[in-house]
Amino acid sequence: MSSARSVAALDPARSVVEQLRERVAAMERKPAGEPVPTLPGLAGLVPLHAGAAYAVDSASLALALAAGASQAGEWIGFAGCADFGAEAAAELGIELSRTVVVPDPGEHWLEVTAALVDVLRLVVLRPPATVDERTAGILDSRLRTRSAVLVVHGDWPRAEARLSVEGSSWRGPASGTGQLEERRARLVVRRGARPPQRTDLAWPGAREVVATPVREIHRASG
Amino acid sequence: MVVWCPDWSVVAALDEAERSRRSPAAVLSANVVEVCNGPARTEGVRRGQRRRDAQSRCPDLVLLPANPDRDARAFEPVLGVVEALRPGVAALRPGLLAVRAPGSWYGTESDAAATVCQALVEADVWDVRIGIADDLFTAEQAARTAGVQGWEIVPVGGAAPFLGPLPVHVLQQDGPQGRDLVSLLQRLGLHTLGALADLPGDAVQHRLGAYGATVWRRARGEDPALFAARTPPPELEADVVFEPPLDSVEAITFSVRTTTERFLTQLAHHQLVATGVRIEAESDAVVCSSRTWLHPRHFAARDLVDRVHWQLQGAGSTSGAGSSLRARKDVGRVRAPIERIRFVPEVVEPAAAHGEALWGAASDDLVERGVARVQGMVGFDAVRRPVLQGGRSPAARQALVPWGERAVDLRPVDRPWPGRVPGPAPVRVFATPPVAEVVDDAGREVRVTDRGVVTGEPRRFRVGGDGVVSGGPGLPWQPVTAWAGPWPTDEGWWSGGSGPSARFQVVGADGRAWLLLRSPEGWSLEAGYD
Repeated sequence: MSSARSVAALDPARSVVEQLRERVAAMERKPAGEPVPTLPGLAGLVPLHAGAAYAVDSASLALALAAGASQAGEWIGFAGCADFGAEAAAELGIELSRTVVVPDPGEHWLEVTAALVDVLRLVVLRPPATVDERTAGILDSRLRTRSAVLVVHGDWPRAEARLSVEGSSWRGPASGTGQLEERRARLVVRRGARPPQRTDLAWPGAREVVATPVREIHRASG
Repeated sequence: MVVWCPDWSVVAALDEAERSRRSPAAVLSANVVEVCNGPARTEGVRRGQRRRDAQSRCPDLVLLPANPDRDARAFEPVLGVVEALRPGVAALRPGLLAVRAPGSWYGTESDAAATVCQALVEADVWDVRIGIADDLFTAEQAARTAGVQGWEIVPVGGAAPFLGPLPVHVLQQDGPQGRDLVSLLQRLGLHTLGALADLPGDAVQHRLGAYGATVWRRARGEDPALFAARTPPPELEADVVFEPPLDSVEAITFSVRTTTERFLTQLAHHQLVATGVRIEAESDAVVCSSRTWLHPRHFAARDLVDRVHWQLQGAGSTSGAGSSLRARKDVGRVRAPIERIRFVPEVVEPAAAHGEALWGAASDDLVERGVARVQGMVGFDAVRRPVLQGGRSPAARQALVPWGERAVDLRPVDRPWPGRVPGPAPVRVFATPPVAEVVDDAGREVRVTDRGVVTGEPRRFRVGGDGVVSGGPGLPWQPVTAWAGPWPTDEGWWSGGSGPSARFQVVGADGRAWLLLRSPEGWSLEAGYD
């Protein structure tokens, strides 16, 4: 009696093993199941998947990862980001009316993040201390059941991918003249033991840089 | 019966500004005296004077801004006093109200006027004048001829003889229309209302139009216009009494649940929703905690219960550590046993303006609930909603509003804000800027002179001094690869601001850019373009 309580009957027309496999997959909620919108400049290299955690090393990368989901109408949250730059977020296309900020969750950052993950699609977290494997595991399982994305500014033991910025340079300022205009940086994505992937990005907007045909014109000598 | 409180807007404004009612004062709108009081009039201030003329006549004149809402608000208690004596009060405008004469209940009409007058004087309204007549216009004119705390009674049918000798100036009270008519009548050689009343009716109708005809009928005492009495405003407050008083927040929040539902149903009955509610908690018959809560949309019963919880919790925990989770022991206690919780609707709006979409807003609702849970964990003001506002520094250009509150007093974004730093907005904005150091080639600190000249080329900088400042980033000494600036500002010099300061964009060795501020106190790191 108890075995037939709430489980829907299997379809006799299909293979039993295949159907059971589907059910198990649905319960596990494979991260690959549900893509989360990403900015076009990042979509090729770091497609975000629900249920996964991503580690970044700069605040602008964290904002750029969050911007795609927010533009697509999702709610996003920032935990532990006391220095949240609202104007920069708005420039990237983040909808501030659908943004929750917990600037300083203090020692309860884990509970707060878990509660935010329950209701928001993407949460950016800056953990105040180093995170051990066990703590990360608790949050990871919550991420999978809620199909949310966690972007960690800092290190995270179970990150799906680690994003970092290399060779950042600014165009605009010189010695006392001009102003900050554009930032070029190389984004490095590391996934486990695979060789790192690289792409050039330009801020503001986290756009992908298309290789310009003419880089520099040297005046012919003589 | 018409009750007139002369120069009401001056009285209301002086009361609000907590000034003596005897000081000469005038309410101005568009730099022109709109109303002035007796002391100002004796000094020569007149309605319609420009501000400068009025001040030259009376240098110690108190100038007050015009605010019709304030006048109406201040007049509300006066209406209440008269309403207690005789229901059916109509507020004609702030300072002027009409009510049907109480008849023979208080004896003669003169006794009734005396009773009303006395009640108002007891309510601290000194300058009251009362007129009683058959129609509204005559009663108002009668009130205007009465003395301070006096009354003028026009006998039944005596309107025309009473109004006859009055000059046509009295029509100026009717606004621009009245002023035009007064000017025209004077040019026609009609100086009293009696002269106008003697003219044939159809001629007046032809020459002066509908308004003129109305005035003509009034002047003859034939205008039956009375007034529509107001219905007393409905009682929308709700309260819950605890017997015996409760001292645990949990028990109180549990008990207010039904009251909040009743409160909101009562509002819904009037097709209203509350967007601002004042919650008062009483202990020992004293209001020990009172706070106004604004909601970005409108309150649901659950929201109100949460607000009660936060308010009592906030009042109970004296340490008020916003960032840390309050110890369980503290959470449950309030300072004194609460015996009454009152909900007062401060802002109500028609429910039609807040109708939900046909398919509802399920996911937003879910978010609201989840966020409320976080607020329960770390405190009401630890969860914020970012909003943009105008300003010069990056920190001033944004605000983090507590979740569930409405943003108030934001600076407008669409102003030019000269002196603000151009370029992309910084990603990291430090609420408390860490101390920094910037030196030139010779190792001397770079300064900015009063004229905005930089004393040396910035070569190296560091943030956080020798030790790393907690909370902010600490940067060791590093060379400046590029810099831009200064963008000088001098904010708040009129109210003792920080003094002249200048902002610099500095790119460090690792290609990260920072926004540094040079103020008279030294260098600090305001924001990072991380």
